[in-house]
Amino acid sequence: MLIDFLVNWLAAVPEFAVPFALAALGLLVIEKAGVLSLGAEGFMLVGALAGIGAILGLGDHPAIALAAAAAAGAALSLLFSLLVVTLRVNQVIAGLGLVFLAQGLTGLVGTTQGWVNRPIGGLSALSFGPLSELPVVGPILFRHDAVVYLTVPVFALAAWILGRSMVGLRLRAVGDGPDAADAAGVSIGLMRFGATAAGAALVGLAGGYLSVGIARIWIEGMSGGRGWIAIALVIFARWQPWRALAGAVLFGAIEALIPRVAAAGIQVPQYFVGMIPYLATLGVMIWTCTRSGSRSLEPRALGLAHAREDR
Amino acid sequence: MRAALDMTAVSKAFDGFRALSEASFAAYPGEVHALLGENGAGKSTLMNVAVGLYRPDAGQIRVHGTEVVIDGPRTAKRLGIGMVHQHYKLVKAFTALENILLSQGPPSYGAGLRAVEEAVRRHCEALGFALDLDRPVGLLSVAEQQRVEILKVLVEGARILVLDEPTAVLTDREAEQMLLTMRRLAEEGCAVVLVTHKLGEVKRHADRVTVMRGGRTVASADPDALSLPELTALVVGASVERERMPAKRIGDPLLRIAALAGTRADGLQVLSDATIVVRAGEIYGIAGVGGNGQTELAEILMGVRAPCAGSIELDGAGDLCRMTTRARRGLGLAAIPADRSAYALAGGLSVAENYAAGAVLSGRFGSWFRLDRRAVRAATAEAVRAFDVQGVRAPRQKASLLSGGNAQKLVVAREFADPPRVVLAHSPSRGLDVRASGAVHQRLRAARDAGAAILLISEDLDEVLLLSDRVGVMSRGRIVAEFDTPADRNAVGAAMVHHV
Repeated sequence: MLIDFLVNWLAAVPEFAVPFALAALGLLVIEKAGVLSLGAEGFMLVGALAGIGAILGLGDHPAIALAAAAAAGAALSLLFSLLVVTLRVNQVIAGLGLVFLAQGLTGLVGTTQGWVNRPIGGLSALSFGPLSELPVVGPILFRHDAVVYLTVPVFALAAWILGRSMVGLRLRAVGDGPDAADAAGVSIGLMRFGATAAGAALVGLAGGYLSVGIARIWIEGMSGGRGWIAIALVIFARWQPWRALAGAVLFGAIEALIPRVAAAGIQVPQYFVGMIPYLATLGVMIWTCTRSGSRSLEPRALGLAHAREDR
Repeated sequence: MRAALDMTAVSKAFDGFRALSEASFAAYPGEVHALLGENGAGKSTLMNVAVGLYRPDAGQIRVHGTEVVIDGPRTAKRLGIGMVHQHYKLVKAFTALENILLSQGPPSYGAGLRAVEEAVRRHCEALGFALDLDRPVGLLSVAEQQRVEILKVLVEGARILVLDEPTAVLTDREAEQMLLTMRRLAEEGCAVVLVTHKLGEVKRHADRVTVMRGGRTVASADPDALSLPELTALVVGASVERERMPAKRIGDPLLRIAALAGTRADGLQVLSDATIVVRAGEIYGIAGVGGNGQTELAEILMGVRAPCAGSIELDGAGDLCRMTTRARRGLGLAAIPADRSAYALAGGLSVAENYAAGAVLSGRFGSWFRLDRRAVRAATAEAVRAFDVQGVRAPRQKASLLSGGNAQKLVVAREFADPPRVVLAHSPSRGLDVRASGAVHQRLRAARDAGAAILLISEDLDEVLLLSDRVGVMSRGRIVAEFDTPADRNAVGAAMVHHV
């Protein structure tokens, strides 16, 4: 009984963790370039809607749907970059504005296109033959969809690019010392546009995975605050990719636990259970702040617009 | 021998203001060539032309005999001209190697890192630099960061090195080492250009000096052939008073700092058992190598840092340590902090607001619910005139637009608006040219002669010796020696370093 419960729970964790992981990684890339993106929730919603739209419009091709989700996130990010990089609008306000814009826009498009509440086939689990049939190990490790298995290589690639390539060096320089980067001939604007587009594509992909991979349906506001949690995860991870992945798994585990606790007949008020991820977010942030001393990789120019000769 | 860098009749104007008028300058391989002048004389403009940041309006530039057009920093880099700017262009979170890699921009990170590391180690060995290449540069000292900047320029292949005020932010001892480094670079065949306004540096370390004044190069000579007054005359046009003017009437002790102890921001105790008595009508100068507790002493006195132990008695008012900053200022404490932009001025506010901030509580500028802007403007305009603050086009102008010297004059004007009883002056002439520091010194002397007790803290030994009526040497958080003036420069210098 307990074993069944645990296996069931752990087998569900990856699907819950992937949206957090991809969104947090995307935000991390954006923030490493010095852009504070509070619009994550917006990128996710746009991605989620684009994924469903692609399937309903172009047929049941999950790969195309996920690509559309990423592209939608990147496209919306251009508007955001125009505001904060080119026009140097306050990044907090621009980010919040973007969330409300995306909430309204996705609601409008979803309804007028008639995409609401139309179930789709979506992403299916890969089969590893006999491996998938193994007891305990099978359901936990070998019955997931392709995105779950691709998440780890994507993290490895992002960590390598950020830490061990010239592009990553320039990206981090733009976020940490824009004046020095400028003096070294790096184009700050181009770098920030690029990083924001790449990061927003990942956040959009996370949204697309929510709609195409998990819910298999479009519901208005379906990202349900995951974008905000991803922002907290980046802080929790102190801007280090692998720690962001660990944090995402932790939150995926909490989210996966909630319906199972209810199903197991344990009497906990439903609203309290729904509150747990956010409570955990607050707890994690307090914990992160009190544990000063260890190395944080917070970009120094995070949230600051760059202007030459600005005094 | 052919000049490494030869600039002839270079002119440059900004919005009609002639920053350079037919300036000429030639630096040869193997020499340390000082470019001397006041703030605003055109030194930096001329060198910015050499490194391609400014395009000249007229003039010729030759590099190793070939006429060139330097149309941007990349061209300058290719021609082997490199500059270490006053404000370092470093990413603080990066290591020295990553910073150099960033400016080099090789196609591959891994291979580039290996190549840069090898080049850096070679230069470090040649120059005798001991530098932790794997620590984020933000954790390195200012002097070490400067070395990273020099290495960066060298790795880029510069043979003509321009150092813009390299010793401005260094302590005496670090500056001495910096100047030795310069010498070694020259011995390796580089042409080293030392941009400075410190006459002593030029006399001691330069092979040649070119003096600039008002955008023109007024002389180029061997510094040994010129006496200090002659050099000064070239720089300012007319000789500036550098004569000591001792106190005329010294009164009773006014400020007694007793057994004061304090910690640095990171918790380390840097001030221990500091005991200082300053009398009315005297300037007590504290000399010492930077980082021996001077900053903390100043902060505790200002009231922005709490002491661990000890007391600061102001005659007739009791222990200042128990009082708020506001109460201290009410008792006549005036402060000229070392870090103007952090402690003395709000750059984003206007000149008038910065000036009025010192006295809004006095009621002079209206009651508690109404600010009398007209009175503020009038008082500011008068103070600006009286203290000769230049560059103020309107009282509404942002304070951050003032040059260093004029910003300092504004601070002095505010602090001395009411006659102070006690003045704390921390490196009051840091970054100021001869004329501006002369004006600040003049104000300090005037306050002293009016009966104030003045505590002068400075890492510039010449300044301490010039102004002080008594000199205390601070080392490891306490006063280790006291001298009556005129004090022997060597004796004070020895006390400063022997206790380090």
